[in-house]
Amino acid sequence: MNKREKEAYLRDYAILKAKGKPFFPYAVAKDGAMACVVMAVIITMSLVLGAELGSKANPTTTTYVPRPEWYFFFLFEVLRVIKPPSLVPLATIGVPTLAMILLFLLPFYDRGPERRPERRPIATVTGIVVIAAMAFLTYEGANAGSPTAIEMPTPAHVVKAGGATLGEYEAGKLVVAQSGCLACHKIGENGNSGPGPDLTHIASRLPRQGIARTLVNPTAPMPSFKNLPPQKFKSVVEFLSQLK
Amino acid sequence: MPRLPKLPSPPVPGPLKAPPPRPGEGNGAVGPLEEAKEAGITVVDWVDERTSLSGAGRWLMFRKVPKGTNWFYTLGSATMFAFLSQAVTGVFLAMYYRPDPSGGAYESIRHVTNDVFLGQFVRGMHKWGSSVMVILVFLHMGRTFFFGAYKYPRELNWVIGVVLLILTMTMSFTGYLLPFDQRAYWATIVGVNINGTGPLIGPYLSDFLRGGSEFGATTLSRFYAIHMLLVPGLLAALIGAHLYLVAKLGTTAPPWLKAEKRAELHEAEV
Repeated sequence: MNKREKEAYLRDYAILKAKGKPFFPYAVAKDGAMACVVMAVIITMSLVLGAELGSKANPTTTTYVPRPEWYFFFLFEVLRVIKPPSLVPLATIGVPTLAMILLFLLPFYDRGPERRPERRPIATVTGIVVIAAMAFLTYEGANAGSPTAIEMPTPAHVVKAGGATLGEYEAGKLVVAQSGCLACHKIGENGNSGPGPDLTHIASRLPRQGIARTLVNPTAPMPSFKNLPPQKFKSVVEFLSQLK
Repeated sequence: MPRLPKLPSPPVPGPLKAPPPRPGEGNGAVGPLEEAKEAGITVVDWVDERTSLSGAGRWLMFRKVPKGTNWFYTLGSATMFAFLSQAVTGVFLAMYYRPDPSGGAYESIRHVTNDVFLGQFVRGMHKWGSSVMVILVFLHMGRTFFFGAYKYPRELNWVIGVVLLILTMTMSFTGYLLPFDQRAYWATIVGVNINGTGPLIGPYLSDFLRGGSEFGATTLSRFYAIHMLLVPGLLAALIGAHLYLVAKLGTTAPPWLKAEKRAELHEAEV
């Protein structure tokens, strides 16, 4: 906006304002009605949905899948989709920081005098796209499992074997994903490449018994998994011994 | 006994007549209602004489709002109302809460939820009120964005609004840990670790939040202090600044109003 446009705006606005109604009681009445609606919604949600309290925090559990409050799901989903470790800082902080800076500076790079949404196609379309993207990511994040879910093609020989083998493989994959293994191990494109060894082809280096022994009696700092329920433990061993 | 008609009062010469009541003074026979009114006016006058606040009040309440402002324009005040509701319910929760990570925190929340009269209701209002507030903040921001209300001369108010958005998100992030159940604990560990991957200040920020390099005993009290002292204070102050600027610069007119006025002018010229 140049100086002339600024003055034109102030002049137009002064006319519109002078023709308007006083804030009290007209706007106050509307605001008050809205406040009652907000209060009613909050009270209804509290009565219907209540306030659950989960089990007490236990820092030693390894199988808990953390989930944030729903309005952080979109960030959560960005984190889940972007897997390669070199890109993770970009996803966690890079994109949100950039979005925040763009949001802060909006009035300083969008300086056109036009205010009607239909005459600002770039701004309006960008706004709708951003809202749609956030809604989509929130929806995906709500339906997704943990950010540590393992996504990799099932090996051909497991698919061929089918039946019990495939079932065990899938169950084991889930337990591994939920047990925090990916914090230190890499499996395919998932997880961190350290401090633990890469597990993508672990079965070609260790026999089934070796894998089970390591899980029970690992090298520090890896925790022991001997307290896993036997069925889950069996699934984990089955899954890992298929990774050739 | 039949009543006699009242006789007209005899003519009295001017100088002997009782003077008519002066404006603002009682009218002779003062009832309790008038006395109460007088007392109210006296108190307001007393305060106003010492503070000169009535001008500010009039300026705030009787400023003109452009025609055509619709229900979308109530989203900002609705957000502030949600904040007030959070503040009130939060005060009641703070009366029972103990920021003790070795079991006291969880136990106090369990006590509020299960034992205290209306405890679960108030905790539910605080929990769901945060969701309502976040939704309202985003709706308010959407209205401001699509109506171009962040443009000259209201740029600074947009910036304050973005800070308010970040502070609201900080509130919900720090509040999430306080019940200290499994969900709270693990989500916060993940959240703080995500902060730690940030550029430059990331590691320092997460060390500050944790109160050390490990999630420990001070972490909970830090989150508690941030959640109920630091951020609410900032929020309240910035909401004040936000409102002041709204009153100072005026509520925006709906963007299409200007175009209509131009059309009228054009017709008049032709």
